[in-house]
Amino acid sequence: MNTTEMLQPPPAMTSRLDGELMEVSMGPQHPSTHGVFRMNVALDGEMVVKLKPVFGYLHRNHEKIGENTSYLGSMPYTDRLDYFCSMTNNWAYALSVEKLAGIEVPERAEYLRVILAELTRLQNHASLLGFLLSDMGAWGTPLMYAFREREKILDLFESLSGSRMMCDYMRFGGCRVDAGPDWMERAKKIVDLFPKFLDEFEKLILSNEIVIMRTQEVGKLSAELAINAGMTGPMLRACGVNYDIRKVDGYGFYPRFKFRVPLGEHGDCYDRLMMRALEMHESVGILKQAMEQIPAGPVMNPKVKIRAFRPPVGEAYGRIEGPKGELGFYLISDGGTNPYRYRVRPPSFINLTVLEDLCLGHTVADVMVILGSVDIVLGEVDR
Amino acid sequence: MSDQIDGGLRSELQRQGIWVTSMEELYNWGRKNSIWPLQFGLACCAIEMIATAASRYDIARFGGEVFRPSPRQADLMIVAGTVTKKMAPQIVRLYNQMPDPKYVISMGACAISGGPFKQGYNVLKGIDRYIPVDVYIPGCPPRPEALLHAFMELQRKIDSQKLTGNAKAEHLDPMQPSEFPVPAFGAHDLEPAANPRLFQPPKIERS
Repeated sequence: MNTTEMLQPPPAMTSRLDGELMEVSMGPQHPSTHGVFRMNVALDGEMVVKLKPVFGYLHRNHEKIGENTSYLGSMPYTDRLDYFCSMTNNWAYALSVEKLAGIEVPERAEYLRVILAELTRLQNHASLLGFLLSDMGAWGTPLMYAFREREKILDLFESLSGSRMMCDYMRFGGCRVDAGPDWMERAKKIVDLFPKFLDEFEKLILSNEIVIMRTQEVGKLSAELAINAGMTGPMLRACGVNYDIRKVDGYGFYPRFKFRVPLGEHGDCYDRLMMRALEMHESVGILKQAMEQIPAGPVMNPKVKIRAFRPPVGEAYGRIEGPKGELGFYLISDGGTNPYRYRVRPPSFINLTVLEDLCLGHTVADVMVILGSVDIVLGEVDR
Repeated sequence: MSDQIDGGLRSELQRQGIWVTSMEELYNWGRKNSIWPLQFGLACCAIEMIATAASRYDIARFGGEVFRPSPRQADLMIVAGTVTKKMAPQIVRLYNQMPDPKYVISMGACAISGGPFKQGYNVLKGIDRYIPVDVYIPGCPPRPEALLHAFMELQRKIDSQKLTGNAKAEHLDPMQPSEFPVPAFGAHDLEPAANPRLFQPPKIERS
């Protein structure tokens, strides 16, 4: 769309004695766009009448590199897709390769994967709430609280995998190293203390009038549009659609755990925000069950040949419920050491497609709240 | 420490409640303890930058907690993450908008050389091709401690900068540029591919 088209006022506005529309470029350097995201916004006064996202400022050729690297070599690259949740990215990729090559995973490894994925969900949602509140003007405190909790979980990741953020922990057919009993003890302690933080944080969110005013009835998304646009994850469930891949697909050992899927009603920013808080409660429940049930045993399938790994000819799509939504990897193998086609289905990119629909008719200050509630990570959006 | 004052005399005077210093020392002391970074993240390293600013690592202990969203108010640019060819012109423009004296920390493998994404067609192979970099931090991503170390190295550099004489700081020399040409997209790639004043490709000598 060119500038003259963008500047055409919508029909409803013509009867008013308005001046010209103003075109504002927000980003790529902006404190609240969560990275190098840019929006061209046409404003009528303070109201958004047109919004055009501009992508590609962090396009790092992830898929092309994936096609030129061995199957194992792509694993560290998946860490850098959604750099908050490297564990879930690893899992989704390992799952699709396992589907492609028909690899079995030992029981203990599956439990470890569930534990690490839920820990990732906790730290992702906690940081998201921190960022969202700091976008609303609660500068500092909520983010500090969230990062305090995040650091505890990152310590666990670090002692297990050797890296705080880029864990590169999972392999096809299991996990790289086993978690010792002392690690499990530490993890249990952190999980036991997490609800305390949640209660404190929810008290800040729920009873805060400013948060309620800024989020309720802002950026409403209808269930119909959400389904048509392919939304997944908390964005979709905030509209009241009961769709959680942990329940639908039952990958990993999720059918063995008792947990509920929180659902929203209105599909506004407040519901999306609450969805994260409620999901954290459920994650804590899953973690407690998994840590109770985890059996002893190997964490790696000994039959898997990691080096010079050549899956049979075919294609596979593996998907998991990442913290942001359905994260899938689609692989086509031609029998060689590299995938013929390597495609990522990024949840935050697809959840971002409805941004204009959410923002129209709201003020420019609400755009930041709506964008924050979508929960994007640019590494995944641009890849 | 200023060389002009005898150390013994100085400590003797300090006992009497007199603090003797030079203009240069006082000026650099003030500058190095209130570095305002530009709040500007590119990729994964930006999250570690936020972690450094958060309570556990607390960059405020070194006087660098005031992250400014506007380049006009910033002293330090932390290039935290992969610089793509689409983003590089904006980074140079942001650098040009910062007031002198200004410093750059190149954080992480991507900002230094392209890192793991170096083979990508859209990734700039190091931000030092377009803007001068003071401190490099290797790592993917570097730990918050590494960023703090880089910050302390920068403070050391600021502390040692001279205000007068032949060896005075670059930003005080009117002949030194404080703005650099912004690259633009040419037919195939960013043009120029690098600022020849700042970056020459390494010459490989073969015997």
